[in-house]
Amino acid sequence: MITAGIDMGAKNVKVVILKDGEILAKGQTLSGFDQKAAAEKVFNEVLTEAGLSREKIDHVVATGAGKDVAPYANGEISMMGADALGGFFLFPSARTVIDVGAEEGRAVKCDDKGKMVDFVINERCAAGAGTFVEAMSRALEIELEEIGALSLKAERAVPMNAQCTIFAESEVVTLIHEKTSKADIARAIHDAIADRIASMTRRLGIQKDVVLVGGVAKNVGFVSSLKKTLGVNLLVPEEPEFVGALGAALLPQKGIGGSEK
Amino acid sequence: MNKEYWRWPEYRRTMSGKDWRKAEVITAGVDVGSVSSKAVITTDGELYAYSIKRTGSSSPDSAQRVMNWALEGTGLKLDNIRYTVGTGYGRVNVPFANRAITEIACHARGANYMWGPTVRTVLDMGGQDCKAIHCDERGKVTAFLMNDKCAAGTGRGMEVFADLLSVPIEEVGPMSFKIEKEPEPVSSTCVVFAKSEAVGLLRKGWQKEMVLAAFCSAMASRISELLEKIKVEKDFVITGGIAKNIGVVNRLEKIIGMKALPMKEGLDPMIAGGIGAALFAKALYEREQKAA
Repeated sequence: MITAGIDMGAKNVKVVILKDGEILAKGQTLSGFDQKAAAEKVFNEVLTEAGLSREKIDHVVATGAGKDVAPYANGEISMMGADALGGFFLFPSARTVIDVGAEEGRAVKCDDKGKMVDFVINERCAAGAGTFVEAMSRALEIELEEIGALSLKAERAVPMNAQCTIFAESEVVTLIHEKTSKADIARAIHDAIADRIASMTRRLGIQKDVVLVGGVAKNVGFVSSLKKTLGVNLLVPEEPEFVGALGAALLPQKGIGGSEK
Repeated sequence: MNKEYWRWPEYRRTMSGKDWRKAEVITAGVDVGSVSSKAVITTDGELYAYSIKRTGSSSPDSAQRVMNWALEGTGLKLDNIRYTVGTGYGRVNVPFANRAITEIACHARGANYMWGPTVRTVLDMGGQDCKAIHCDERGKVTAFLMNDKCAAGTGRGMEVFADLLSVPIEEVGPMSFKIEKEPEPVSSTCVVFAKSEAVGLLRKGWQKEMVLAAFCSAMASRISELLEKIKVEKDFVITGGIAKNIGVVNRLEKIIGMKALPMKEGLDPMIAGGIGAALFAKALYEREQKAA
């Protein structure tokens, strides 16, 4: 069976094509203004990469904030269901999957079959999502790709008082004026978002093993801060941003947590 | 350099027909907020002069600057002021203050002076926080609620939108009514998300006026939650910078089904905390004199 998962994220669209439990091809692109067009484009690119025509795909399952406008889809799964399936597929010992995306943070509890049993979510405040780190890297004038590694060079823990992204921007500027090193500020930024993700996850209860996925999981500074705050080891897949799409692609085989479209 | 659309006017005023030389007790209140600083001078418990300025990166400097400006042209010197109370976010950093009092107490006291003893609910919409205060006929606080964690529903959020849409902040309110139909509000829980929604709406071809209306209404709805929790009692007044934004105020009044008392000529809703502080200063000074 060949299946595809499309994750219509707030910032990026991700596509994974799966054949009998093996990833054939995957790709992603910016959601941009026309998310549907972006999804069509990346879907067709991934098909080409896999050397397949669209008719060869048995099921296309959509997930993510924009799943209602996903092209070609004949099934859908919630983001939490997809996190559980995808995280469990990569790490069968996973019982908690934390997903930190551009505009949302989630923690999902799953059973020993990868089925989502409970979840908590923050979709109301940018301070608990990737947008926060992006805004802070702009305030710090550091490339987003570099801020994680930079924060590992921090020499001390500087507290951030502001919770709100808007207020934290001014606080970062104040810290720069006070001659705090950029590495220490970067660490403070990651500690701040890790704090919020940790307190959200604690509401759910932490069951080992804990898997961290979503685009922000690529940020080593965030991963290090979250490990410290949660006090547990975190399993992070190599390409954590694709886990939602992977989970969606797994739905037709697993048959848990989704619905037809 | 880009135009700074968020920049609201700084100004000072001396009340007409008043002579400080005839006063027995001159006191001052300095309200160092996170966004604006206000200095108020009272003569025998009556408003004499005030000034409003942007808060800089240092609270002591901001306090000094705004105070100097309030004194400017009056012939008054800092030495003539018997007692000064600091209030607001930077209240402990007012170098020449005799005491610091919370802005919640000062706003209630100031509102009582500005609008009279019938005031029971004061909504202070400040730069980085929003407070709903209940007070009695003497302006004493009986209860309060505040949001200081999140920019949604604060002046800072409004500044972000003024900049985003390149609209001078004083024009936001009037412009937000130049629409045919009231749009759905944008996200009322997060300014960052509201901003990305607004960018999406602009790309869709929405007029600036419509986007401003959607934002003002999101802000009004966010603030109304605070008021619903504390329950609004008459008379209702609004202090702080956002009180000057009719785009938010009119929509808020509609949601809660009650009008705020209008501002009196020559007064400014931003100085309520400063007036309250100056009046506390007078009371504290007189108590000290009695004890001595």
